[in-house]
Amino acid sequence: MGEMEQMKKEAEGLKTQIEAARKAVNDTDMASAAAGVAPAPRVQLKTRRTLKGHLAKIYAMHWCTDNRLMVSASQDGKLLIWDSHSGNKVNAVPLKSSWVMTCAYAPSGNLVASGGLDNMCTVYNLKTPVIKTVKELDAHAGYLSCCRFLSDNEILTASGDTTCALWDLETGKQTTVFLSHVGDCMCLALSPDNNSFISGACDSLAKLWDIRDGQCKQTFLGHTSDINAISFLPSGNAVVTGSDDCTCKMYDLRADQEVICYQDAALNSGVTSLALSMSGRLVFAGYDDFNCNIWDSLKGEKVGVLSGHDNRVSCTGVPADGMCVCTGSWDSFLKIWN
Amino acid sequence: MSGSSSIVTMKKVVQQLRFEANINRVKVSQAAAELQQFCIQNAVQDPLLTGVSSSTNPFRTQKVCSFL
Repeated sequence: MGEMEQMKKEAEGLKTQIEAARKAVNDTDMASAAAGVAPAPRVQLKTRRTLKGHLAKIYAMHWCTDNRLMVSASQDGKLLIWDSHSGNKVNAVPLKSSWVMTCAYAPSGNLVASGGLDNMCTVYNLKTPVIKTVKELDAHAGYLSCCRFLSDNEILTASGDTTCALWDLETGKQTTVFLSHVGDCMCLALSPDNNSFISGACDSLAKLWDIRDGQCKQTFLGHTSDINAISFLPSGNAVVTGSDDCTCKMYDLRADQEVICYQDAALNSGVTSLALSMSGRLVFAGYDDFNCNIWDSLKGEKVGVLSGHDNRVSCTGVPADGMCVCTGSWDSFLKIWN
Repeated sequence: MSGSSSIVTMKKVVQQLRFEANINRVKVSQAAAELQQFCIQNAVQDPLLTGVSSSTNPFRTQKVCSFL
Protein backbone atom coordinates (compact mmCIF):
# COMPACT_ATOMS: atom_id res chain seq x y z
CA MET A 1 0.00 0.00 0.00
CA GLY A 2 1.28 3.48 -0.85
CA GLU A 3 2.10 5.91 1.98
CA MET A 4 -0.93 8.08 1.15
CA GLU A 5 -3.27 5.10 1.19
CA GLN A 6 -1.85 3.94 4.51
CA MET A 7 -2.33 7.35 6.10
CA LYS A 8 -5.89 7.65 4.80
CA LYS A 9 -6.66 4.28 6.36
CA GLU A 10 -5.10 5.34 9.66
CA ALA A 11 -7.09 8.60 9.61
CA GLU A 12 -10.36 6.74 9.06
CA GLY A 13 -9.47 4.32 11.85
CA LEU A 14 -8.74 7.18 14.25
CA LYS A 15 -12.03 8.94 13.39
CA THR A 16 -13.92 5.72 14.13
CA GLN A 17 -11.96 5.35 17.39
CA ILE A 18 -12.86 8.91 18.46
CA GLU A 19 -16.52 8.37 17.60
CA ALA A 20 -16.57 5.18 19.66
CA ALA A 21 -14.87 6.87 22.62
CA ARG A 22 -17.47 9.66 22.53
CA LYS A 23 -20.31 7.15 22.34
CA ALA A 24 -18.86 5.25 25.31
CA VAL A 25 -19.33 8.27 27.61
CA ASN A 26 -22.64 9.30 26.09
CA ASP A 27 -24.80 7.94 28.91
CA THR A 28 -27.35 10.76 28.70
CA ASP A 29 -28.02 14.15 27.10
CA MET A 30 -28.34 17.54 28.76
CA ALA A 31 -32.10 17.88 28.38
CA SER A 32 -32.78 14.51 30.04
CA ALA A 33 -30.21 15.21 32.75
CA ALA A 34 -31.94 18.54 33.42
CA ALA A 35 -35.40 17.02 33.77
CA GLY A 36 -35.38 17.73 37.51
CA VAL A 37 -34.20 21.32 37.15
CA ALA A 38 -36.82 24.04 37.57
CA PRO A 39 -37.55 25.64 34.20
CA ALA A 40 -36.10 29.06 33.51
CA PRO A 41 -38.70 31.81 33.89
CA ARG A 42 -40.37 33.21 30.79
CA VAL A 43 -37.95 36.00 29.86
CA GLN A 44 -39.58 39.24 28.77
CA LEU A 45 -37.07 41.96 28.22
CA LYS A 46 -37.79 45.54 27.23
CA THR A 47 -35.81 47.77 24.91
CA ARG A 48 -34.17 50.31 27.23
CA ARG A 49 -32.06 52.11 24.64
CA THR A 50 -32.08 52.35 20.87
CA LEU A 51 -28.71 53.65 19.76
CA LYS A 52 -29.00 55.59 16.53
CA GLY A 53 -26.01 56.93 14.67
CA HIS A 54 -24.72 54.44 12.15
CA LEU A 55 -25.74 55.05 8.56
CA ALA A 56 -25.44 51.52 7.26
CA LYS A 57 -25.54 47.87 8.37
CA ILE A 58 -23.96 47.12 11.75
CA TYR A 59 -21.72 44.06 11.60
CA ALA A 60 -20.23 43.81 15.06
CA MET A 61 -20.29 45.13 18.61
CA HIS A 62 -18.25 44.48 21.75
CA TRP A 63 -18.67 45.58 25.37
CA CYS A 64 -15.90 47.25 27.33
CA THR A 65 -15.06 45.57 30.65
CA ASP A 66 -16.43 48.65 32.47
CA ASN A 67 -19.95 47.41 31.59
CA ARG A 68 -20.81 50.85 30.28
CA LEU A 69 -18.91 51.66 27.08
CA MET A 70 -19.22 49.60 23.94
CA VAL A 71 -17.84 49.71 20.41
CA SER A 72 -19.84 49.02 17.25
CA ALA A 73 -18.72 48.64 13.64
CA SER A 74 -20.71 49.48 10.55
CA GLN A 75 -20.14 49.40 6.83
CA ASP A 76 -20.73 53.15 6.89
CA GLY A 77 -16.97 53.06 7.55
CA LYS A 78 -17.05 53.97 11.23
CA LEU A 79 -16.44 52.52 14.65
CA LEU A 80 -18.65 54.24 17.22
CA ILE A 81 -17.93 54.18 20.95
CA TRP A 82 -21.14 54.50 22.95
CA ASP A 83 -21.92 55.27 26.57
CA SER A 84 -24.74 52.77 26.93
CA HIS A 85 -26.12 54.40 30.09
CA SER A 86 -26.74 57.80 28.50
CA GLY A 87 -27.03 56.52 24.95
CA ASN A 88 -24.50 59.13 23.83
CA LYS A 89 -21.71 58.63 21.33
CA VAL A 90 -18.37 59.13 23.04
CA ASN A 91 -16.08 58.66 20.04
CA ALA A 92 -16.14 58.02 16.31
CA VAL A 93 -13.25 56.29 14.57
CA PRO A 94 -13.19 56.66 10.78
CA LEU A 95 -12.00 53.47 9.08
CA LYS A 96 -9.65 53.33 6.09
CA SER A 97 -11.72 50.47 4.72
CA SER A 98 -15.49 50.54 5.18
CA TRP A 99 -15.81 46.76 4.66
CA VAL A 100 -15.58 46.04 8.35
CA MET A 101 -16.67 42.67 9.78
CA THR A 102 -15.48 42.75 13.38
CA CYS A 103 -14.52 45.02 16.26
CA ALA A 104 -13.15 44.51 19.76
CA TYR A 105 -12.52 46.47 22.96
CA ALA A 106 -9.32 45.77 24.91
CA PRO A 107 -9.92 44.71 28.55
CA SER A 108 -8.05 47.87 29.67
CA GLY A 109 -10.42 50.12 27.75
CA ASN A 110 -7.41 51.82 26.12
CA LEU A 111 -7.60 50.23 22.68
CA VAL A 112 -10.14 49.09 20.12
CA ALA A 113 -9.56 47.02 16.99
CA SER A 114 -11.40 46.38 13.75
CA GLY A 115 -10.96 44.49 10.51
CA GLY A 116 -12.75 43.02 7.53
CA LEU A 117 -12.30 42.63 3.79
CA ASP A 118 -9.04 44.57 3.95
CA ASN A 119 -7.54 41.37 5.47
CA MET A 120 -6.03 43.50 8.24
CA CYS A 121 -6.63 44.05 11.93
CA THR A 122 -6.19 47.74 12.77
CA VAL A 123 -5.65 48.74 16.39
CA TYR A 124 -6.55 52.24 17.65
CA ASN A 125 -5.60 54.04 20.86
CA LEU A 126 -8.62 55.78 22.33
CA LYS A 127 -6.67 57.53 25.09
CA THR A 128 -4.39 59.78 23.05
CA PRO A 129 -5.73 63.37 22.64
CA VAL A 130 -6.66 62.46 19.08
CA ILE A 131 -7.49 58.78 18.37
CA LYS A 132 -4.43 57.23 16.74
CA THR A 133 -3.87 54.10 14.70
CA VAL A 134 -1.42 52.09 16.81
CA LYS A 135 -0.82 49.14 14.48
CA GLU A 136 -1.98 47.64 11.24
CA LEU A 137 -1.68 43.85 11.55
CA ASP A 138 -1.22 42.69 8.00
CA ALA A 139 -0.40 39.04 7.34
CA HIS A 140 -3.67 37.22 6.81
CA ALA A 141 -4.40 36.11 3.27
CA GLY A 142 -8.14 36.43 3.75
CA TYR A 143 -10.75 38.64 5.41
CA LEU A 144 -10.71 39.30 9.13
CA SER A 145 -13.89 37.83 10.61
CA CYS A 146 -13.20 38.22 14.33
CA CYS A 147 -10.64 39.64 16.75
CA ARG A 148 -10.27 39.64 20.54
CA PHE A 149 -7.67 41.34 22.77
CA LEU A 150 -5.91 39.29 25.43
CA SER A 151 -4.29 42.48 26.77
CA ASP A 152 -2.90 45.76 25.42
CA ASN A 153 -0.02 43.68 24.06
CA GLU A 154 -1.69 40.70 22.41
CA ILE A 155 -4.65 40.12 20.12
CA LEU A 156 -6.19 37.01 18.57
CA THR A 157 -7.63 37.08 15.06
CA ALA A 158 -9.76 34.71 12.97
CA SER A 159 -9.59 34.90 9.18
CA GLY A 160 -11.20 33.79 5.94
CA ASP A 161 -7.77 32.35 5.07
CA THR A 162 -8.76 29.41 7.42
CA THR A 163 -6.23 30.37 10.10
CA CYS A 164 -6.37 32.10 13.46
CA ALA A 165 -3.38 34.01 14.77
CA LEU A 166 -1.97 35.48 17.97
CA TRP A 167 -0.20 38.83 17.41
CA ASP A 168 2.32 40.80 19.42
CA LEU A 169 1.14 44.40 19.34
CA GLU A 170 4.59 45.83 19.92
CA THR A 171 6.18 44.18 16.90
CA GLY A 172 3.00 43.91 14.85
CA LYS A 173 3.94 40.33 13.99
CA GLN A 174 2.20 36.99 14.41
CA THR A 175 3.54 35.06 17.44
CA THR A 176 1.55 31.92 16.71
CA VAL A 177 -0.55 30.74 13.78
CA PHE A 178 -3.31 28.23 14.48
CA LEU A 179 -3.68 25.83 11.56
CA SER A 180 -6.23 23.08 11.23
CA HIS A 181 -9.53 24.42 9.88
CA VAL A 182 -10.25 23.71 6.23
CA GLY A 183 -12.83 26.45 5.83
CA ASP A 184 -12.98 30.21 6.50
CA CYS A 185 -12.71 30.92 10.24
CA MET A 186 -15.76 32.97 11.17
CA CYS A 187 -15.60 33.50 14.93
CA LEU A 188 -13.53 33.00 18.04
CA ALA A 189 -14.00 33.22 21.81
CA LEU A 190 -11.49 33.36 24.67
CA SER A 191 -11.77 30.95 27.59
CA PRO A 192 -12.46 32.61 30.96
CA ASP A 193 -8.91 31.72 32.11
CA ASN A 194 -7.34 33.13 28.90
CA ASN A 195 -5.30 29.95 28.34
CA SER A 196 -7.30 28.68 25.40
CA PHE A 197 -9.73 29.84 22.78
CA ILE A 198 -12.36 28.27 20.59
CA SER A 199 -12.91 28.94 16.88
CA GLY A 200 -15.83 28.24 14.52
CA ALA A 201 -15.46 27.93 10.76
CA CYS A 202 -17.16 27.31 7.42
CA ASP A 203 -15.97 23.71 7.61
CA SER A 204 -18.81 23.37 10.21
CA LEU A 205 -16.29 22.49 12.94
CA ALA A 206 -15.49 24.16 16.24
CA LYS A 207 -11.91 23.77 17.49
CA LEU A 208 -10.37 24.32 20.92
CA TRP A 209 -6.81 25.68 20.90
CA ASP A 210 -4.02 26.13 23.44
CA ILE A 211 -3.07 29.81 23.06
CA ARG A 212 0.58 29.35 24.03
CA ASP A 213 1.67 26.26 22.10
CA GLY A 214 -0.68 26.59 19.13
CA GLN A 215 -1.98 23.05 19.50
CA CYS A 216 -5.52 22.22 18.43
CA LYS A 217 -6.68 20.24 21.46
CA GLN A 218 -10.20 19.20 20.46
CA THR A 219 -12.47 19.28 17.40
CA PHE A 220 -16.25 19.36 17.70
CA LEU A 221 -18.51 17.96 15.00
CA GLY A 222 -22.26 18.15 14.52
CA HIS A 223 -23.13 21.30 12.62
CA THR A 224 -23.97 20.91 8.96
CA SER A 225 -23.07 24.41 7.85
CA ASP A 226 -20.89 27.45 8.66
CA ILE A 227 -20.45 28.23 12.35
CA ASN A 228 -20.95 32.00 12.61
CA ALA A 229 -20.93 32.52 16.36
CA ILE A 230 -19.25 30.95 19.35
CA SER A 231 -19.01 31.58 23.08
CA PHE A 232 -17.67 29.93 26.22
CA LEU A 233 -19.97 29.20 29.11
CA PRO A 234 -18.78 31.25 32.11
CA SER A 235 -17.76 27.97 33.79
CA GLY A 236 -15.18 27.45 31.06
CA ASN A 237 -16.18 23.80 30.56
CA ALA A 238 -18.58 24.17 27.67
CA VAL A 239 -19.04 26.21 24.53
CA VAL A 240 -22.11 27.26 22.57
CA THR A 241 -22.06 27.65 18.78
CA GLY A 242 -24.51 29.21 16.29
CA SER A 243 -24.66 28.14 12.66
CA ASP A 244 -26.13 28.72 9.21
CA ASP A 245 -27.81 25.33 9.73
CA CYS A 246 -30.32 27.29 11.91
CA THR A 247 -29.30 25.61 15.16
CA CYS A 248 -27.18 26.41 18.18
CA LYS A 249 -25.35 23.64 19.95
CA MET A 250 -23.61 23.24 23.27
CA TYR A 251 -20.44 21.17 23.34
CA ASP A 252 -19.01 20.02 26.66
CA LEU A 253 -15.20 20.16 26.61
CA ARG A 254 -14.68 17.36 29.10
CA ALA A 255 -17.14 14.94 27.46
CA ASP A 256 -15.68 16.04 24.12
CA GLN A 257 -19.05 16.15 22.34
CA GLU A 258 -22.32 17.87 21.61
CA VAL A 259 -24.62 17.67 24.64
CA ILE A 260 -27.65 19.64 23.49
CA CYS A 261 -29.03 21.27 20.35
CA TYR A 262 -31.18 24.41 20.36
CA GLN A 263 -33.53 24.10 17.42
CA ASP A 264 -37.11 24.55 16.39
CA ALA A 265 -38.83 23.20 13.28
CA ALA A 266 -40.34 26.63 12.73
CA LEU A 267 -36.92 28.27 12.61
CA ASN A 268 -35.32 28.24 9.21
CA SER A 269 -32.98 31.20 9.44
CA GLY A 270 -29.29 30.99 10.11
CA VAL A 271 -27.82 32.03 13.45
CA THR A 272 -25.57 35.06 13.08
CA SER A 273 -24.49 35.80 16.65
CA LEU A 274 -24.87 34.69 20.23
CA ALA A 275 -24.20 35.72 23.81
CA LEU A 276 -24.74 34.04 27.16
CA SER A 277 -26.18 35.45 30.35
CA MET A 278 -23.89 35.61 33.40
CA SER A 279 -24.88 32.26 34.88
CA GLY A 280 -24.81 30.60 31.47
CA ARG A 281 -28.49 29.66 31.81
CA LEU A 282 -29.73 31.87 28.96
CA VAL A 283 -28.48 31.84 25.38
CA PHE A 284 -29.32 34.94 23.33
CA ALA A 285 -29.06 33.98 19.65
CA GLY A 286 -29.45 36.45 16.79
CA TYR A 287 -30.98 35.13 13.57
CA ASP A 288 -31.31 36.18 9.92
CA ASP A 289 -35.10 36.46 10.48
CA PHE A 290 -34.63 39.77 12.39
CA ASN A 291 -35.19 38.19 15.82
CA CYS A 292 -33.05 37.24 18.76
CA ASN A 293 -34.32 34.05 20.39
CA ILE A 294 -33.66 33.28 24.04
CA TRP A 295 -32.94 29.64 24.93
CA ASP A 296 -32.79 27.84 28.28
CA SER A 297 -29.28 26.38 27.93
CA LEU A 298 -29.97 23.39 30.18
CA LYS A 299 -33.39 22.31 28.91
CA GLY A 300 -33.12 23.39 25.29
CA GLU A 301 -36.44 25.25 25.32
CA LYS A 302 -37.11 28.66 23.85
CA VAL A 303 -38.01 30.99 26.74
CA GLY A 304 -38.30 34.34 25.04
CA VAL A 305 -37.68 36.44 21.99
CA LEU A 306 -36.32 39.95 21.38
CA SER A 307 -38.25 41.46 18.48
CA GLY A 308 -37.77 44.98 17.35
CA HIS A 309 -35.17 45.08 14.63
CA ASP A 310 -36.21 45.67 11.03
CA ASN A 311 -33.44 43.62 9.56
CA ARG A 312 -31.05 40.77 10.38
CA VAL A 313 -29.61 40.74 13.92
CA SER A 314 -25.87 40.63 13.17
CA CYS A 315 -24.33 40.85 16.63
CA THR A 316 -25.21 40.33 20.28
CA GLY A 317 -23.30 40.95 23.48
CA VAL A 318 -23.80 40.73 27.23
CA PRO A 319 -21.49 42.87 29.41
CA ALA A 320 -19.40 41.25 32.14
CA ASP A 321 -21.84 42.25 34.90
CA GLY A 322 -24.69 40.60 32.99
CA MET A 323 -26.98 43.62 33.41
CA CYS A 324 -28.37 43.68 29.89
CA VAL A 325 -28.06 42.28 26.39
CA CYS A 326 -27.20 44.41 23.36
CA THR A 327 -28.30 43.51 19.83
CA GLY A 328 -26.95 45.14 16.67
CA SER A 329 -28.61 44.90 13.30
CA TRP A 330 -28.40 45.48 9.59
CA ASP A 331 -31.17 48.06 10.25
CA SER A 332 -28.28 50.29 11.53
CA PHE A 333 -29.49 50.37 15.15
CA LEU A 334 -28.26 48.87 18.38
CA LYS A 335 -30.75 48.03 21.09
CA ILE A 336 -30.14 47.47 24.79
CA TRP A 337 -32.55 45.15 26.57
CA ASN A 338 -33.17 44.08 30.14
CA MET B 1 5.55 19.07 -5.88
CA SER B 2 1.83 18.76 -5.25
CA GLY B 3 2.24 15.04 -4.51
CA SER B 4 4.61 15.50 -1.56
CA SER B 5 2.73 18.51 -0.12
CA SER B 6 -0.49 16.54 0.10
CA ILE B 7 1.44 13.80 1.92
CA VAL B 8 2.72 16.43 4.36
CA THR B 9 -0.84 17.69 4.84
CA MET B 10 -2.13 14.16 5.37
CA LYS B 11 0.62 13.49 7.94
CA LYS B 12 -0.54 16.55 9.90
CA VAL B 13 -4.17 15.37 9.73
CA VAL B 14 -3.16 11.95 11.09
CA GLN B 15 -1.00 13.56 13.82
CA GLN B 16 -3.88 15.76 14.88
CA LEU B 17 -6.31 12.83 14.97
CA ARG B 18 -3.86 10.78 17.07
CA PHE B 19 -3.65 13.67 19.55
CA GLU B 20 -7.43 14.04 19.73
CA ALA B 21 -8.01 10.30 20.06
CA ASN B 22 -5.85 10.20 23.19
CA ILE B 23 -7.73 12.65 25.40
CA ASN B 24 -9.67 11.55 28.47
CA ARG B 25 -13.41 11.89 28.24
CA VAL B 26 -15.78 12.40 31.13
CA LYS B 27 -19.28 10.88 31.16
CA VAL B 28 -21.92 13.26 29.81
CA SER B 29 -24.02 12.68 32.94
CA GLN B 30 -21.21 13.98 35.13
CA ALA B 31 -20.46 16.92 32.83
CA ALA B 32 -24.17 17.79 32.68
CA ALA B 33 -24.51 17.63 36.47
CA GLU B 34 -21.61 20.04 36.96
CA LEU B 35 -22.95 22.42 34.30
CA GLN B 36 -26.34 22.42 36.00
CA GLN B 37 -24.75 23.08 39.38
CA PHE B 38 -22.83 26.04 37.97
CA CYS B 39 -25.93 27.58 36.36
CA ILE B 40 -28.08 27.09 39.44
CA GLN B 41 -25.47 28.39 41.87
CA ASN B 42 -24.98 31.53 39.78
CA ALA B 43 -28.65 32.05 38.96
CA VAL B 44 -29.26 34.44 41.87
CA GLN B 45 -26.58 36.77 40.56
CA ASP B 46 -27.79 36.68 36.96
CA PRO B 47 -29.73 39.94 36.37
CA LEU B 48 -31.25 38.79 33.08
CA LEU B 49 -32.65 35.70 34.81
CA THR B 50 -33.86 37.28 38.03
CA GLY B 51 -34.94 40.59 36.58
CA VAL B 52 -33.54 44.03 37.32
CA SER B 53 -35.47 46.33 39.67
CA SER B 54 -35.94 49.79 38.22
CA SER B 55 -34.19 51.36 41.21
CA THR B 56 -30.95 49.51 40.40
CA ASN B 57 -31.30 49.43 36.63
CA PRO B 58 -28.71 51.71 34.98
CA PHE B 59 -30.74 51.44 31.77
CA ARG B 60 -34.12 52.34 33.26
CA THR B 61 -36.14 54.64 31.04
CA GLN B 62 -35.09 58.17 31.87
CA LYS B 63 -38.09 59.94 33.35
CA VAL B 64 -38.63 63.60 32.70
CA CYS B 65 -39.14 65.78 35.77
CA SER B 66 -42.04 68.15 35.55
CA PHE B 67 -42.94 71.03 37.78
CA LEU B 68 -46.42 70.86 39.21
